[in-house]
Amino acid sequence: MTEKFISIEGIAKRYPAPGGTTTVFENLWLSMSRGEFGCVIGHSGCGKTTVLNILAGLDEPSDGAVIVDGQAIEGTSLDRAVIFQSHALLPWRTVLGNVAYAVTSKWRNWDRAKVKAHAQKFIDLVGLTGSEHKRPSELSGGMKQRVGIARALSITPKIMLMDEPFSALDALTRGTLQDEVRRICLETGQTAFMITHDVDEAIYLADKIFLMTNGPGAVLAEIVENPLPKDRGRIDLHRHPYYYALRNHIVDFLVTRSKTFTSGNPGHDPRDVPVVRPGKPELVIASVSESSQQASWPGLSRPSTS
Amino acid sequence: MTFSLRFRAAIVSIVLFAAFLGIWHIATRSTSAVGNMSPEYAKLMGITATQGKSAMPGPLDVGAKLWEHVKRPFYDNGPNDKGLGIQLGYSIARVGLGYLLAVLVAIPLGFLIGMSPLISKALDPFIQVLKPISPLAWMPLALYTIKDSSISAIFVIFICSVWPMLLNTAFGVASVRKEWINVARTLEVGTIRRAFTVILPAAAPTILTGMRISIGIAWLVIVAAEMLVGGTGIGYFVWNEWNNLSITNVIIAILLIGIVGMLLDQVLARCARMVTFPE
Repeated sequence: MTEKFISIEGIAKRYPAPGGTTTVFENLWLSMSRGEFGCVIGHSGCGKTTVLNILAGLDEPSDGAVIVDGQAIEGTSLDRAVIFQSHALLPWRTVLGNVAYAVTSKWRNWDRAKVKAHAQKFIDLVGLTGSEHKRPSELSGGMKQRVGIARALSITPKIMLMDEPFSALDALTRGTLQDEVRRICLETGQTAFMITHDVDEAIYLADKIFLMTNGPGAVLAEIVENPLPKDRGRIDLHRHPYYYALRNHIVDFLVTRSKTFTSGNPGHDPRDVPVVRPGKPELVIASVSESSQQASWPGLSRPSTS
Repeated sequence: MTFSLRFRAAIVSIVLFAAFLGIWHIATRSTSAVGNMSPEYAKLMGITATQGKSAMPGPLDVGAKLWEHVKRPFYDNGPNDKGLGIQLGYSIARVGLGYLLAVLVAIPLGFLIGMSPLISKALDPFIQVLKPISPLAWMPLALYTIKDSSISAIFVIFICSVWPMLLNTAFGVASVRKEWINVARTLEVGTIRRAFTVILPAAAPTILTGMRISIGIAWLVIVAAEMLVGGTGIGYFVWNEWNNLSITNVIIAILLIGIVGMLLDQVLARCARMVTFPE
């Protein structure tokens, strides 16, 4: 797991501004292994979308490089699929047409039947069987985003990039789609990189959570390793003894430390960002009073707080 | 008992039309002889003076004449007496040709302007100056260089319909949603394929709006252009009948110009609906 599948090496993004330049972030280093699910959390304006766009090749860093699977990226690529926040489906194409558009873009010499069969496979995977011939305007928000997911998956990308994919959906739909994405990623061993500001979404989905401080001049402050088991379920996630430790750690960061981090840590090395694994006894503060839940996690002893 | 809005609107339309015809009829009907005048003088003046008949034809005169035209739309009794079908045919053919040429120029050029900020900025002053020129102002120049009145009329149609299409195409292409472009970019779709599979369908409603404005303007301009160049066409027909002092025929021509213009607009409105997809 030490091999770096994605390696962001010292990227920066600066914009010319009246009276100088605005630095969104600088000297950002970040790496992920194959099959990992990474989530970036930070406040608006910290440049997380820019990081994702650079990773997608839609934007270029002012400095630094991004290496994916041993190769520096240059522009967009069919290896890196993007799921857009606003689904970005082509309204003049049907569900099948939208997915098939991606399929024919990747495999240009496939015949019609092969493209259709391949697209259908991914429409079935996201649970849209029967809606193939509907146009996006006939679909609900959740169904549209499912098409977006099917389109991204259909090109069998090395990495799936998601820019707050569920933020425009209602809570119930969001939950279902999170389940789907998690199931698909686990089944296919998909490497995924997601941007969110939903802490619970990050806890449920991510293996690694990247905490970014406030911009401008944002830095990657910490990498939080998710201590929850790989086979976690959304329903009893909050009963896990480490859950609140993890959640509080992230929320604390977002509420207070994201503002003060840069001034409070002058020795912060962007190349060697501290890795935190909340849930260790000394970090558990909040999960004191609930002792009745212990039985639902056999084999795990409650961390001591005394 | 309630009827649908459409039905009620139709009733109101028919009532208004009937009222219009009624007032028209009353205003232009013959009254009795205006008074005693010497028979010589009466002969000179005709029925207008002797029976109080208005010089303006009434709806019944126009209706009767229209029926004559409808029965024989394609007769040809020489250069000054052709059926209305033939005249309209000439006009539609000229508009069609000029408009088609304009489509062939405006849409590719509009695409280029919309996709390239450089070309957009470079061509902008030319477009800004050329656009407000009345198409008929080109007529003398066209007649002098082309030396053919019929082709000059087609050129005038071309020049008047090119601008709305050009500007709408450029605007539609330039304002294609960024995320659709990004979809194409992440899928590594080449420029040509992107233009046809993403930009063209996304800009199509705006392009068709431009085409619809253009056909309207072209149909307005053809009447004036044909009055100038003469020979054939509905515009020439109007002017010729004015010289013949046949107000009845002028009114019929006005009516037909309106109907053909409406049909042209409806055809393009239907096309626009076909390429517009709600999100």
